[in-house]
Amino acid sequence: MWKFSLRRILIMIPQLFVLSVLLFVLAKMMPGDALSGMIDPNVDPERIEELRNQLGFYDPWHVQYASWVGDLLKGDLGTSFRFKMPVTELMGQRIVNSFWLSLATLILTYLIAIPLGITSGRFNDTLRDQLITGYSYVGFATPLFIFALVMLWLFGFHLQWFPTSGSVAPGSVPGTFEYVMSKLYHLLLPALSMALISTYSTIQYLRNEIVDTKQKDFILMARSKGASESRVYNRHIFRNSLLPIAAFFGYEITLLIGGSIFIENIFGYPGMGQLLLESISQRDYSVVVGTTLLFGIASILGALLSDIILSIIDPRIRIK
Amino acid sequence: MAEKLLEIKNLKTSFRIKDDYFAAVDDVSLTVNKNEVLAIVGESGCGKSALAFSIMGLHTRAKMEGNISFKGENIVGISPSKLNKLRGKNMGMIFQDPLTALNPLMEIGDQIGEALLLHNKELSKTQRKEKVIKLLNKVGIPRPEYVYEQFPHELSGGMRQRVVIATAIANEPELLIADEPTTALDVTIQSQILDLIKDLKEDMDSGIVLITHDLGVVAEMADRVAVMYAGQIVEIADVTTLFEEPLHPYTRSLFNSVPNAKEAQDRLHVIQGIVPSLQNLPRIGCRFAPRMPWIDGEAHEEHPEMHEVKPGHYVRCSCYKHFHFPEESKEEEHHGVS
Ligand SMILES: Nc1ncnc2c1ncn2[C@@H]1O[C@H](COP(=O)(O)OP(=O)(O)O)[C@@H](O)[C@H]1O
Ligand code: SF4
Ligand SMILES: [Mg+2]
Repeated sequence: MWKFSLRRILIMIPQLFVLSVLLFVLAKMMPGDALSGMIDPNVDPERIEELRNQLGFYDPWHVQYASWVGDLLKGDLGTSFRFKMPVTELMGQRIVNSFWLSLATLILTYLIAIPLGITSGRFNDTLRDQLITGYSYVGFATPLFIFALVMLWLFGFHLQWFPTSGSVAPGSVPGTFEYVMSKLYHLLLPALSMALISTYSTIQYLRNEIVDTKQKDFILMARSKGASESRVYNRHIFRNSLLPIAAFFGYEITLLIGGSIFIENIFGYPGMGQLLLESISQRDYSVVVGTTLLFGIASILGALLSDIILSIIDPRIRIK
Repeated sequence: MAEKLLEIKNLKTSFRIKDDYFAAVDDVSLTVNKNEVLAIVGESGCGKSALAFSIMGLHTRAKMEGNISFKGENIVGISPSKLNKLRGKNMGMIFQDPLTALNPLMEIGDQIGEALLLHNKELSKTQRKEKVIKLLNKVGIPRPEYVYEQFPHELSGGMRQRVVIATAIANEPELLIADEPTTALDVTIQSQILDLIKDLKEDMDSGIVLITHDLGVVAEMADRVAVMYAGQIVEIADVTTLFEEPLHPYTRSLFNSVPNAKEAQDRLHVIQGIVPSLQNLPRIGCRFAPRMPWIDGEAHEEHPEMHEVKPGHYVRCSCYKHFHFPEESKEEEHHGVS
């Protein structure tokens, strides 16, 4: 497993390289530059040119790229012109919020999807299966932002069961139990809204995998040993069917990032997604690049995580 | 008289395909005695596995009619828990493809041990392991202690089939069903596995149903033979009789298609065609008729039944009375054989 993990981690190097090149190009293509927002329009254009020269604006691209990557590695993502503070500092608090929201969403998604997928697969082509499949298709077809708005209106404004914005009640003291509960309370509705309609892939994957696995020879063989139905499912079918779900885990994280951008905005939840959209509309480009970089890294790490999980549960990979 | 272990009467196993039932096993009757190998031969697709699965109760969505009695008790439609007490303990099954018959995520030792665990709760963990090692030894697996902890993908096909066999015989079942146990293996491995089954047969004195499409295997292993075509048994006899006096045209055609029967190529009426798929079976009349187009109308039976030719030798269709394969030699005279 260690050998596999090491190899798998090495694969990340080219992935990160490609990501950084893409972002560099993105950063360069964006209108304006680090100076445009900061400079008083009255300053002499020649002076600006001089400054640009000093900042390496006219260096060959690879020199620029190298210094850009150098800054990244030092943790310097530039400064947000909107907040007048370093991008890293700006993201710091938001990352934590987004992390908890994503984790809660992921847990809720699996809590809903795995039992449903298992039921659907085990009793395939029965009414139960059709109902579950119907639900997952509806979820698939429902646009996230519309559904989230409905949830917000219904449970936030109409029934007032949940707070309608923020990540914690104002005035709570970090570190106290109330603080933690308030955080949980604030992320529950956004997480649930996203989870409820993101179950499609997990349910359908699991269902199809179970339907597929249950007619495999080794399942017949388990039955021919005298294993009961429940043992056949618990010991033989589920474990084999959960493999692709583990493989899907990393992709799930990528989907989650996409979803969180909408969700955080609709629920006024101060996370990375909200920051990204705000920064785009305010043309705060250094923040856009910084958040995109982080989302990219999160996707790459997600894939890594899912491969390592896969290697733990699948001996065929473990050995290699 | 030989002791009856398994007695199947008018078994019909049908699958539902698009709102209609199609019988993959139709009107099959046979018996297997203790200490006897009954071979079931037939081309692929003729329902051999469907029959084996019916006996083991492995069809989850099939309609089963008729009677299968095991040691005097009917097992068609009994409760799953009753069935599970028999499976793995009183009857074991060896599957065709050892590459798919083992759980890829489970250690070999655990897979064999499961058969013991399910039927012998008193065995402690270490006793169970000891027994598994013994079984691995018995089926000729070298370094059993090491293999115990391996996963299926680390073993060759032949070794995996030995593991499957070890699992099937773990509780010394009275009935062993081997569904083409060597078809998926290399020729050299095939004979090793057959030798193993033969040895096991000798020291377990169980009844064995050996499914194969290889007449060489039949000659080597079987006491009696049932020939299957399109879901039905068309001829059943002891092995010597069947080889010396095959009566059903389909049985004859099987002998003709044995590759080393040199004269086979010279025969004019080598029976051509393939086993029709379930949906394309003739629903009335003889299922074999499409493959015997040259036969005169009156030789056909409309609904061929099993005819007893002599004790223990049954043929479905009495055409052999009208149509001794000498027909062929007549034809040969007509056209001259080069
Ligand atoms: N579960 C099933 N559903 C529908 N048709 C089946 C099923 N199992 C087998 N059949 C059909 O029954 C026929 C006999 O198959 P099988 O018993 O596997 O043949 P054999 O083992 O002799 O090669 C084939 O036409 C096959 O397609
Ligand atoms: S009924 Fe006709 S086709 Fe069928 S076995 Fe007899 S002779 Fe052949
Ligand atoms: Mg078969």
